Formats: sequence, C-alpha cells, structure tokens
Amino acid sequence: MENTEKPRWRLVKTDNPPFWVKPLIPVLALIGTFILTSVLILLADANPFDAYYYFLFAPLENKVSLLEILVKSTPLMITGVAVTYAFATGYYNIGAEGQLYAGAIAATGIGMAMHGIPAIVALPLMIIGGFVAGMVWALIPALLKVKLAVDEVVTTLLMNSIMAYIVSAILNGPWRDPNSGWPQSPDIAPTAVFFKLIPRSRLNFGFVLAIVLILILWIVMTRTSFGLKMRAVGLGKPAAKFAGIKVNRTILTAALISGGIAGIAGVAEVAGIHFHLIGEISPGYGYTGVIIATLGSLNAFGVGLAALFFGLVETGAQTLSRALGVPVYLGEVTQATMLLVALGMLLLQRYKLRRM
Amino acid sequence: MYIVEMQKVTKIFGELVANDHVDFQLRKGEIHALLGENGAGKTTLMRILYGLYQQTTGDIFINGEKVTINSPKDAIRKGVGMVTQHFALVPPMTVAENVVLGYTDSFVLDQAAIEKKVGEAADQFSLDINPKSIVRHLSVGQRQRVEILKALYRNAKVLILDEPTAVLVPQEVDSLFETLNRLRKDGLSVIFISHKLDEVTKITDRVTVLRDGKSIGTVDTVNVTQKQLAAMMVGRDTFGVTRQTEINPDNKKILEVEGLCALDDKGLPALKNLKLSIRSGEILGIAGVGGNGQKELAEILSGVKSPTSGVIKINDKNLVGKDPSEFSKMGMGRIPEDRHEGVVGDLTVYENLALEHLDEYSKNGFLDKQAIRKNAEELIKNFQIKAKPSDKIRTLSGGNMQKVLLARVLSRQPEVVIAPQPTRGLDVGATEYVRQQLLEQRSRGAAVMLISEDLDEILSISDRIVVIYEGEIVGTINAQDATPEKLGLMMSGALREET
Repeated sequence: MENTEKPRWRLVKTDNPPFWVKPLIPVLALIGTFILTSVLILLADANPFDAYYYFLFAPLENKVSLLEILVKSTPLMITGVAVTYAFATGYYNIGAEGQLYAGAIAATGIGMAMHGIPAIVALPLMIIGGFVAGMVWALIPALLKVKLAVDEVVTTLLMNSIMAYIVSAILNGPWRDPNSGWPQSPDIAPTAVFFKLIPRSRLNFGFVLAIVLILILWIVMTRTSFGLKMRAVGLGKPAAKFAGIKVNRTILTAALISGGIAGIAGVAEVAGIHFHLIGEISPGYGYTGVIIATLGSLNAFGVGLAALFFGLVETGAQTLSRALGVPVYLGEVTQATMLLVALGMLLLQRYKLRRM
Repeated sequence: MYIVEMQKVTKIFGELVANDHVDFQLRKGEIHALLGENGAGKTTLMRILYGLYQQTTGDIFINGEKVTINSPKDAIRKGVGMVTQHFALVPPMTVAENVVLGYTDSFVLDQAAIEKKVGEAADQFSLDINPKSIVRHLSVGQRQRVEILKALYRNAKVLILDEPTAVLVPQEVDSLFETLNRLRKDGLSVIFISHKLDEVTKITDRVTVLRDGKSIGTVDTVNVTQKQLAAMMVGRDTFGVTRQTEINPDNKKILEVEGLCALDDKGLPALKNLKLSIRSGEILGIAGVGGNGQKELAEILSGVKSPTSGVIKINDKNLVGKDPSEFSKMGMGRIPEDRHEGVVGDLTVYENLALEHLDEYSKNGFLDKQAIRKNAEELIKNFQIKAKPSDKIRTLSGGNMQKVLLARVLSRQPEVVIAPQPTRGLDVGATEYVRQQLLEQRSRGAAVMLISEDLDEILSISDRIVVIYEGEIVGTINAQDATPEKLGLMMSGALREET
C-alpha cells in the first residue's frame, strides 16, 4: 500500500458554516481593511488610529454630520434596492447608473412643467415618470437577455455610456439654462421640490422614499409569491423551470422593476438635492448600488445597513480630510478595500480548513 | 510481462467504493475491453491509470516497474495516453497547434515546422488529418482522431479510449476500428472502455468485466458469446420479488406516446419515433444503458424539453407544446432525474414543497405562509422526511431530498408518474422506500413510468419492460418473460425483439 499524497492543509467546502461565522464577517472585514489601508494612511503622514476615529466615529458625534450621513445614504439605499431585485433573480443589472439618469431626465422634464401645479400632484407624477423612464432604459438589455441570451452585464454596462452622452446632449442643447455658464437645465418648479424633513438641513422626502422602498423590498421578497419566484429563479433556474415557473417572464419583470427603482433614485437626487439636471448628479451611485446590494447579501435590511455605512464612510472621509489634511480619496480607497475584503470573507465562509 | 498491470486497486470516494481490489493486466499489442454497466467503475479505474485520480490502495506497474502516477503529465511521461469522452481540444486552433500544445520544447513556435512534424506523425500512424485544419471545423470523428494523434505524438505506448464510440456515427465507428486495428499491428496497446457488446466482440482481443466496482474476470474475446458477456456484466439472479397481481388488460390506457422524436443537446437525434403507452395501474419499466435517450424522454414528458415531432396524450388530451405547469395540471406527476436540479438548494423545505403550485398557496399575490407551512408539515409526516420545514434543502441527505420531490408530486395524486432514475445514489433504505411509493401509485391506479439503468429495479417492480437503445425501442417484454441476460443483450444492441 502506498499513499501518494502527504497530508497538508486544504480548504474544504462546507455546507453548514457554524452560526458564529456570519456576525464575525463585518468585524473581520473592518479589521482587515484597517490593516490594509493603514499603510496608505501612514504614507499620508497620519496616524491610522486617529484617521479611523475621524472616519468612523467623529461623524456620529454631531447632528449636522449625522443628518449628512442620511442624505448621502439616500441614493445608495435606492440603487441598492434596485440592484437587489435584479441580482436576486440572477439578472446582473450593472446599468443602475444609466437608469438613474433616465429617471433624473424624466423628473427634470416633469418638474420644469409643474409651475402652478400643487405638490400633491407634482411629486407623484415625477416619481412615476422616473420609474417609467428607468424601466424603459432597462427594457432593451432585458429583452436581449430573455430573447437572445445576450449577456446583460455587458449590455447594461454599455447603456450607461450611452445615457451619459444623452444627458450631455440634452444639457448642451435643448435644456441648457441660458442663465448659467454651466451645462445645466433650468430649475424645476418649487412645488416639484421634495420637502425638507428637518429645516436648514439637506435631509428631505427622498430619505422617506428610500425607507419605503426598502420596506417594500422586504415585503415582496419574503411575503409574496412573486418574491419567491424571483428567488427560486435566481437560486436554481433549472428547478424553477421544472416547477413550472415562467423563468424568462420573471427575469424580465425583475429587470424592469430594478430599472424603475434606479430611476426613482434619479428623481430623488433632482427633486431633493440639485433641483435641476446636471451631468454630475450621480458620482457612481448606480455602481455603488451593486456593492451595497452585494454587501447587504440581497437582504432588504442588509441593503439599508450597507447604504448607511457607506454614507458614514463618505461623510467620514470628508471629516478625516479636514481634520488631518489627508486626501479625500482615502475614503474611496477604503470603501473599495472594504468591499474586496468583505467579498473575500463571504466567499471564505463557505470553506473550512482541514488537514488531509 | 504485462505492459500495464494494476494490482488490487481500490478507490473510495467518501462512502462510495468505486473500485474494489481490482486486478487488471494489459498485454503489449492487444486491444483490451473494459466492459461494465454505468457506475461499474471502468472510468474511475482508467482515470487512476492516467493520473486524474490517485488510488486509495493498490499498486500500478508499467513494464514490470512499480510506478506512482500523480498527474496526467506523469502518465504521459510513462507512455500512457487517454482520450476522454469530452475532448480537450482548443476549437479555434489548428490541429498542429492542438497536438503540440503543452508539448513544445522551444519558446518560439515555428508554425511551419510544427505543421510538418505533426503531418509526418499523422502519416506514420496512418491517421487521415490535415494539420492545418482548424479544429472547430472538424467533425466529432475527426476531432477524436486529433486526440488519438495527440496521445501518439507524445509517444504513448498505451492508449485508453473512454467510450470512444458514444459520440460517433456508425461510419465513423468503422473508421475508428480500422485505425485501432492498424495501430495494434504497430504494437500499440489499447484499453477500450465500453458497454456495447457488439463493439467489444468485434474489435477486442480480451475483455475484463467490471461490476459494482469489482473485477468479475478477464476472458479471451474469441472464447465468449455476447450472451455470456451480458451475463457477466449484469450477472445477477432476478430478485425474489413476488409478482403483483396481474393488471387487468381492460384498464384504460392513460399515457400514450406516438412518433416521438427529439434531438439531444448537441443537436443529434436522441429519440427516434418512440411509441409506447401505459395503462392505469401499470408500471412500465424503461431499461437501457445511460445515454440512449432516457434523459431526453424524461425531460420531454416533464414538459421542460420540446420534441421535434410526436404526440403525448394523457386521457386523449395532447400535451405537446404546453409548459411544465400545464403538464402538472393535466395530471403528469413529474419527478426530476437530477435531484439537485429539481430543488432549489438555498430555499427551505416548505418553499420547495410549494414551488410547483404557488397559485394555490397565495392570495392576491401574497404567500399564504400558514397554508404553506401546514402543507409542509403534513407531507413531512406522511412521507417520513427527516427535516424541519425551515431547513434549507441543500442540507438534506439525497434520500430525504428525493422524498421531498416525491411528496411534492405524489401528494397531488397524478394520473401519470414519471420516475427517471428515482433511486440513483440512494442508500438501501431510501431505495426501498421509493420503490414502495411507486408500487402504491400503481395500486392507486396511476400509470407509472420507471426509467432506470438498474436492472434489478426494473425487474422487481415493472409489469412490462421496454428496452431503449440509441433512441429506439428495441424490444417490449412482459416482466414474467424477462431475464437479466435477455435484457442485457437488448440493452447492448445485440438483440432486437418486437412484440
């Protein structure tokens, strides 16, 4: 008898990770990120512990920056929800960015026409308009996927570039505000502006909208037969098909809902923050939505928490930059590092170490 | 001295013993068949020889020298080449590039030089291939020739062919056999894995039969008949199951299939003009070696695959063109062939149990969680499923997973039950349970189709047996008249019997 292989440590796949693994992931991810980014912080001549204090704790200590966290997390919650519908169904919609702008264009168009029309009419119109616009923009890649099996990752991503040029064309052409030196549209009607939740802050109705969308996501996914169909299709297409679920129809519907909700994120930014259309309405909220949905494990409350955390990190990056004079980009580096570490952890939790 | 000798080779995967103290000897210049049913351990044994697996225990000798083979690279160095069922070729590259791939000594690739070299090798072995052809443009038979050339180019003295004819049309089979005969004259030793008796008797010098991971024996091909080989391959007495009561011939035909034709995933004909019917209270066994159209038949009858032509009727209502949910509404009880593709592993037991009839378990689009849970608890109790309703399906054992699938289907009292390979991979207890359930469906008056590669299973519970070979029905026998030998012959295409 001859054993051809010496025992050594191997990663073995396990179906049942122990219950304590999951809560440990964010903690470990944070520690891992801290270690990795400390090098950069040291290079920027700052103390990593100080930096992380300003980054993660200082913004929680005063009301102004607390509200700012909520403001910053609003669009992230909405795009996170949007992406979750698609990803849960196994449709990898990377086009929330373009769909967001589609919604923003619709909101601006409707908003500019709302002079003299009460808010009770104007706001629903804008929200519905933004939803439909996002849906329309999501329709082409979704049809290509369902009818011709064209990879949606490529098509939804490319639709983002197309949208960027459409926005630019609109702002330099028909909607260019003659009173401004910049390519931006005229302001929307005052009645079309989302009302403030707290006076003299930027926190507005958009945040309420985001929370409502999260609650709806939770109800749809856990309580409705459509939610179960989406999850079945996303987790096991052959089994879903076998059980008689109309796989393509489910994917198409999820893709359209996803696009529509991303459109609402655009509405919230126009009506709540900018009041007109500019080319830089979103610094990549659509893409961050993918990160939020993934980090939130496609769970409604996970998405909410991940978005709040990203809002904190973004606010913290500014606090940090002011306090220690380090580049604000450290915030972005940290976000990206944290994502990679967290994804690595999510992957590794399915394995155990064994000597064999 | 043998060119290859394997002594007491055992391979264990988890709890499955794939090879159990197998002895195997290969002479120089012979074509040696490794014969056995699916799952007998033929491919595993050869994968060990080719370094794809390592044996748990046992020794391998090449030219009398004890060797350790850790990888295909080791095997090739020792003169062993293998052509697997799935070719390892790069379609956009030329034949020459594919042949030298991973076997070049210089950094710079001189296209003309390798084409010349590969061309010479092809001539030397009389393999008709143009080294400049792009592999993508070649037929399956030609690709197989490229694979053989690839092995010979690497100086293989022993060539393992894993079911080489499975993918070929008859003419290509003839040409392959000519090639093998020539190579044998040149002194090459060939191991020919197969379960087709006619081919084995036609081309090989000796045959080693494997059954359930054990070697049954090695015989000279000239000294045996196909019948004897079939007996060695299946080699069991019929089970002592007492036949159930005869079915009443007046019972209504519930399922009728006529003129059914279908293509497989590669676009080749998988079912050819199939005609069969099942009466109420009858179990029809579909016997056959895997890959002869059973998978396609099950998929079509489940509504997940469309036939190219033909009629499927339940109680005279045609089902062709309907979707899976209409199939089940019209009384087709569908058990999936691949358990893992029939359940959503990351959903819970109660969700999976409701999945096929969601419209019944929801009101205005909202799930009726109470009804779903109640249904799950009842089925878990009635079908003795060892699980909690909220367990994720993927944490269940194979037997319990199968019980979930049975429960989902049988609790609906379908008129027809399609059970493809329902006990594959299950332990003895679960297997008994599944067979018992099928018998109960029979006494309830359902028409049951049992598709199985396990002859014991077919023989012990079927009323009538249909044998399928290369997508055609080659015989229909009443279970009383069936013997394993007769079925074995029919399954290997050596005997046809129309009744």
